[in-house]
Amino acid sequence: MKHLLDTASLSRDDAIGILDIAEEMTLVSEREVKKLPVLRGRTVVNLFFEDSTRTRLSFEAAAKRLSADVLNFSAKGSSVSKGESLQDTIQTISAMGADAIVVRHSGAGTAHRLAHTGWIDVPVVNAGDGTHEHPTQALLDAFTLRRALAGVPASGPVQGGPRGQGLDGAKVAIVGDILHSRVARSNVHLLARLGADVHLIAPPTLLPWGVSNWPVTIHYDFDSALSAEDFAAVMMLRVQHERMHESFFPNEREYARLWGLSAARLAKLPETSFIMHPGPMNRGFEISAAAADSPRALVLDQVENGVSVRMAVLYRLLTGQEETND
Amino acid sequence: MTQRTVLDAPDISRAITRIAHEIIESNKGSDDLVLLGIPRRGVPLAHRLAEAIASISGRPETAGELAGSLDITMYRDDLRGGSYRAPEPTTIPSAGIDAKTVVLVDDVLFSGRTIRAALDALADVGRPAKVRLAVLVDRGHRDLPIRADHVGKNLPTSSSERVNVSLTEIDGDDSVSISGGRE
Repeated sequence: MKHLLDTASLSRDDAIGILDIAEEMTLVSEREVKKLPVLRGRTVVNLFFEDSTRTRLSFEAAAKRLSADVLNFSAKGSSVSKGESLQDTIQTISAMGADAIVVRHSGAGTAHRLAHTGWIDVPVVNAGDGTHEHPTQALLDAFTLRRALAGVPASGPVQGGPRGQGLDGAKVAIVGDILHSRVARSNVHLLARLGADVHLIAPPTLLPWGVSNWPVTIHYDFDSALSAEDFAAVMMLRVQHERMHESFFPNEREYARLWGLSAARLAKLPETSFIMHPGPMNRGFEISAAAADSPRALVLDQVENGVSVRMAVLYRLLTGQEETND
Repeated sequence: MTQRTVLDAPDISRAITRIAHEIIESNKGSDDLVLLGIPRRGVPLAHRLAEAIASISGRPETAGELAGSLDITMYRDDLRGGSYRAPEPTTIPSAGIDAKTVVLVDDVLFSGRTIRAALDALADVGRPAKVRLAVLVDRGHRDLPIRADHVGKNLPTSSSERVNVSLTEIDGDDSVSISGGRE
């Protein structure tokens, strides 16, 4: 593993390996010194061409807990607004010395381009590229779900967490704007690879072309899906207005009524099922306050686990020599 | 390749019993004692020592609270080179290590680099009163100024030889053998 660009090409062993390292990383937070010397003297560059709060802060915290130096770049207020190209921006930054690059960009395939064009020769982590993939989000979702399903606290340090396990047999629903969601794409591939039974629930207008080739079951009606299946977890997606340039549904009230996780739908879920959301949430729209604040909601656990999972990814990519370049 | 057994199962068992007595003697009892095994083969050794110490002190039920494990993967000085290493679990007994006597336990003492890393890892976990080192085999060839306080067997070796430790918990049998070396 040199880069982390997507989950579609991540093997089951590599994925479980990263989740297991993340289990060790959670234990750091209860020690006297909450830092590891692993990346001492190395520089991680956070390259954010698109807005982000939690992902950028989470990557920054992860790199700092591993003792790396962190350089933050955001496109706003940079030379990008003067017309500098992606290639020139990247090469300028790597000339300042970077040992790894974390990149978010609105263009699908940006991380892949940085990894394979020869502009730079350091590990690249995809922190979200357009509507393509967001692999670290899927890994932290899988980590949170693996914890919750094992019956241990969903976040925080746990001695003897569920190491070595996948998500075999867990029935997971992903609901809402699948079309524009890189989180959904990454989760579909990763959760299926880990053995979960993945179901997509969405209006046909918000499903991407080619979805019939994905390892999923598709439902076009939220209520009948909830009656037919006992989901272990329901993952709600944010409706991405910023990527919507056409009408995908008649209006917001209708969307909330048909596709939102309302209090009534919450009551129809099995008592043991968990509620997830990658954030930021639109309360009252795709998720009701009753669901977002319920004790079964794992939203804040997901955020907390993000740091441990990203520490694990940086550790995996930045230590040890690789025999092959890919 | 020639392989010669230097310690068999009864030898290992006697060595552990003797080290357990030595630790009790130098610690003047088993109070405030923590045994931390270094993964992988130090961990079962630490648990065996803990059982021996607990039963010698007449409190066999305390064995579980005496032993833990200390992973040193993240503190190695060769993380950038070599092959990728997955970290192993660290488990510290619930009473912690502050102001305790910590005995680090490993199977083979060779370059001393593992113990250097273990001392760094220990400092991040807490502040023990004393740190001691117990090893099953000391094979010499130190790179760093580190020595063991309790040794099962001093084994003069050439640096091209390999010392193989097998323990029942991991490998299915107890033995120490030497292989390789120039003929």
